[in-house]
Amino acid sequence: MKKLWKGNEAVAEAAIASGCRCFFGYPITPQNEIPEYMSRRMPEVGGAFVQAESEVAAINMVYGAGGAGARAMTSSSSPGISLKQEGISYIAGAMVPCVIVNMMRAGPGLGGIQPSQSDYFQATKGGGHGDYHMLVYAPSGVQEAADLTYKAFDKADEYRCPVMILGDGMLGQMCEAAEIPPMRNLEDLPEKPWAASGNSHGKQRLINSIYMTPDTLEKHNHELFEMYARMAEKETACESYRTEDAEVVLTAYGMVARICKAAVDILRARGIKAGLIRPVTLYPFPSAAIRAAAERKSVKRFVSVELSMGQMIEDVRLAVNGLKPVEFYGRVGGNVMLPEEVADYVSDGKKS
Amino acid sequence: MNYIKPKLLTDTPLHYCPGCTHGIIHRLIAEAVEEVGHLDDCIGIAPVGCAVFAYNYFKCDFLQAAHGRAPAVATGVKRASPNSLVFVYQGDGDLASIGMAETVHAATRGENMTVIFINNGIYGMTGGQMAPTTLAGQKTTTCVNGRDYKTHGNPIKICELLSTLDGPTYIARTSVHDVKNIKKTKEAILTGFKRQKEKRGFSLIEILSTCPTNAHLSPQAALDYIGSVATEHYPLGVFKDV
Repeated sequence: MKKLWKGNEAVAEAAIASGCRCFFGYPITPQNEIPEYMSRRMPEVGGAFVQAESEVAAINMVYGAGGAGARAMTSSSSPGISLKQEGISYIAGAMVPCVIVNMMRAGPGLGGIQPSQSDYFQATKGGGHGDYHMLVYAPSGVQEAADLTYKAFDKADEYRCPVMILGDGMLGQMCEAAEIPPMRNLEDLPEKPWAASGNSHGKQRLINSIYMTPDTLEKHNHELFEMYARMAEKETACESYRTEDAEVVLTAYGMVARICKAAVDILRARGIKAGLIRPVTLYPFPSAAIRAAAERKSVKRFVSVELSMGQMIEDVRLAVNGLKPVEFYGRVGGNVMLPEEVADYVSDGKKS
Repeated sequence: MNYIKPKLLTDTPLHYCPGCTHGIIHRLIAEAVEEVGHLDDCIGIAPVGCAVFAYNYFKCDFLQAAHGRAPAVATGVKRASPNSLVFVYQGDGDLASIGMAETVHAATRGENMTVIFINNGIYGMTGGQMAPTTLAGQKTTTCVNGRDYKTHGNPIKICELLSTLDGPTYIARTSVHDVKNIKKTKEAILTGFKRQKEKRGFSLIEILSTCPTNAHLSPQAALDYIGSVATEHYPLGVFKDV
């Protein structure tokens, strides 16, 4: 049944429904409803909630709980996610499944508390040290945030990798009608014979990211990237909106994609054939779909629309690979563009 | 008396330097795990530092933590596997410098875990730099004329500091510089594990240890230094027992 859910709380309940029984967090706006909700809800389902002493500690608690085999999650917002990067690198290196939520706010530094998409590079290119990636989902509404959070735990277990839900302050704070997926039976979750959960009966399961021999570490690096290649093949997801005959293709993710859908409709009403490609996974990036659009004769130009100074545009350009011009329209600082402003830029080149 | 290798230890040759006391302490932990009946259900957390490879020497599950983060990792492990015996193995740089926040907060939360804290007064693995526990006059590669409290600050006394908190159930400082003290160390570790088994919360055993390589002392001289100088600045005993 659909209910009115705040984005942050829908994410939290979807995590519980998906079998998350360990949550570790630290307060930071605009994601506070997630730890607050978890602190109430975890005791009801026999799970663990710890308000950690820092984001650094919280992500390491996730490393411990995930390494011991539990479905574990942490959430934060941009400055806090920066603090977690060390832990995320270790988690990726040690192949510990977990889910990390980033309800982005504007930066750099302390920045502001209003919505932003300026952590795209950090989420998709690494963030911490070393060669690694996370599977990154970018929900564009409360229902999708719940659905992708639910799915994120399955994918984390399947690939043994960290999965990030990359939302923004708008998504976290808004209320929409949504249905939380059904509560999973913990007994049905996949076995984790690799987990350091105790009860090992003289055998050792090791959660570790140190490889002192260059050849061994190189092999591990290659294995991780073979896993990312499998992930790219199976998990890459995007949505196309009115692109069939489009002459201008907007690219946007998350909440901005919804603004861009409205902009596409305005442009169509003005007689401009506009369409939208919305990446649902930011890593792996839907390069093939964008490349296919670029190869269509009808498509004259791309516009990457973001709440940043231009981050995803780099991946769009790599996908388009010079076939068509790729332009940028963005707002920053916590400001959010109106659909009309996007439409005015596309039709008249006006930037507000 | 016959020497019997504890069941929890592997046959892997130790990578520690000659005269280092990590090996003794590993054995004491292995004996204590067996004595509390957790050979089949025990999880260790390895630090960054000389004991980063501690997992090679124990036949139990292990997680290798980032520098200083072991108590946070152990918190997650223990919350996920509350009935397993969880021990954390950390050196002084790891626990008392970069990981101080994780240490203090795991202690004050009363996390049901046992921390084995190796205090040898120096950064061993990185080659002998000043530690938060380095004593006055002690020469290191980052205080080449000896630690001067006026310039380099003062050492941290972990047991004294943590015993001000309400979370811990057992805080003790022991040493492994002679047989008598090795036996006392074993008893302290055993007490920590028993407290954990009884779900009584956080326990920490600080063990004064040697690093002959970086102290530029013979193994015996390094042990003597603990018995004479280190124990004077870091008094042995039980600091909290509730």
